[in-house]
Amino acid sequence: MAGPGGDMQWCFSQVKGAIDDDVAEADIISTVEFNHTGELLATGDKGGRVVIFQQEIENKNPPQFRSEYNVYSTFQSHEPEFDYLKSLEIEEKINKIRWLPQKNAAQFLLSTNDKTIKLWKISERDKRPEGYNLKEEDGRYKDPNTITSLRVPVLIPMDLMVEASPRRVFANAHTYHINSISVNSDNETYLSADDLRINLWHLEITDRSFNIVDIKPANMEELTEVITAAEFHPHQCNTFVYSSSKGTIRLCDMRASALCDKHSKLFEEPEDPSNRSFFSEIISSISDVKFSHNGRYMMTRDYLSVKIWDLNMENRPVETYQVHEYLRSKLCSLYENDCIFDKFECCWNGNDSVVMTGSYNNFFRMFDRGHRRDVTLEASRENSKPMQVLKPRKVCAGGKRKKDEISVDSLDFNKKILHTAWHPQDNIIAVATTNNLYIFQDKVI
Amino acid sequence: MSEEAEDTMNSEEQQEVEDKVISPEKAEEAKLKARYPNLGAKPGGSDFLRKRLQKGQKYFDSGDYNMAKAKMKNKQLPSAPAEKTEITGGHIPTPQDLPQRKTIVASKLAG
Repeated sequence: MAGPGGDMQWCFSQVKGAIDDDVAEADIISTVEFNHTGELLATGDKGGRVVIFQQEIENKNPPQFRSEYNVYSTFQSHEPEFDYLKSLEIEEKINKIRWLPQKNAAQFLLSTNDKTIKLWKISERDKRPEGYNLKEEDGRYKDPNTITSLRVPVLIPMDLMVEASPRRVFANAHTYHINSISVNSDNETYLSADDLRINLWHLEITDRSFNIVDIKPANMEELTEVITAAEFHPHQCNTFVYSSSKGTIRLCDMRASALCDKHSKLFEEPEDPSNRSFFSEIISSISDVKFSHNGRYMMTRDYLSVKIWDLNMENRPVETYQVHEYLRSKLCSLYENDCIFDKFECCWNGNDSVVMTGSYNNFFRMFDRGHRRDVTLEASRENSKPMQVLKPRKVCAGGKRKKDEISVDSLDFNKKILHTAWHPQDNIIAVATTNNLYIFQDKVI
Repeated sequence: MSEEAEDTMNSEEQQEVEDKVISPEKAEEAKLKARYPNLGAKPGGSDFLRKRLQKGQKYFDSGDYNMAKAKMKNKQLPSAPAEKTEITGGHIPTPQDLPQRKTIVASKLAG
């Protein structure tokens, strides 16, 4: 794949997580997100924990640019809860993490499970006060009668401590399961979307939120589609989109009305009715929607493909990329083992020229929009020598299997890459396998 | 298949074969219908969606839930050594004296 200054070659940089095959459920990675500068990388897992890595740059000069992401902070964001009214367990699994743009010395992120969104403040402490008048160093209070002089406490340096504290808890606003959160470009509000409703919150106010989309039918028997993802436009604070299980995307303008049930634009690709099958609707369900950084396009991921839409054209996508078309002849087994319901995410690179998404067998795919080239790479411990260049992989759909190709029947459908993230500026990517986080970087940054 | 046999295939069968050749999806659908003849025609219908809306394990009540959690904890939790000595009486405990929460197991990503 050619990039500016020559061919882009992806190299292994780091891998995080345990090597053992026996994966505890809590360790399953459920979300990965870079912050706005790319200096911090957050992961959430099924056990409700958040781990944040910080980039440390070893060598700033290309082509030897080397950076490493090391653990910066880790905390328990959500705990399992029990919904007494419905007798249902509320999983602590972190569905999404979204960073707020940095305003002061501290970092803020929103993390959400199925029901509750939390705003976490991550701050550094590298000084501590010493020399209190009324307290001993160990915290015990002095007898005031023994104090004969006053002193001014001083701040002395200490080892860096990174603290995470929950600053806001946004609870009790969702009857159904939250699938998305998105911070608005106004830096004051954010949206949270569940299967049937989307709510608008103010970051400072936790006791109320505004419902802006409600697609719950009066009679639940008439339910035909659910909301699968939602996102605010990167620059227009009045615009957001939400995708559905029927493969449509609706763009809404909050200036039009308080309740945005009526869309401003409806993006839908017409389907040839003669091609319709039992699987058509299931595989057309959109699992992720992401605006491009420039705000002119959006990308959607359905089971077999990635589509790029021009916001000015509703009737069809401008580009369609097949992720793993060879799975079309395996849909029956994929339905039986539930893999057909896997929700893959997708992401843009910093300048919107390349998009990336995951697949099975720990493969992930990149599509270079400009050069019309694509590549399949693999995240595995076997290719994890420092700066080892990743070799492109190829799946053989049928017929004669060439050397180095892997046949469709040999693919491991338990090894799925659902979550990937691209550094906002540089060619550094984070790819999550079931319980490991791989970081790859371009050889020539 | 001999040429003669091919000639005797009527146009309907030929269309079916063509369908299967043209659309692997339809072939997969046929496979599925063969395995599960009771499968409803509309997979995207309300049954399927309603199952999705109510994901999560249902328990009889909170007692049932807490029992299930306790059973899981006994299996999964690595031995948390009781290093902290119990403090009873003596003096009013300060935050440093209180035992740490045992439920938090650190993520292996941070290891």
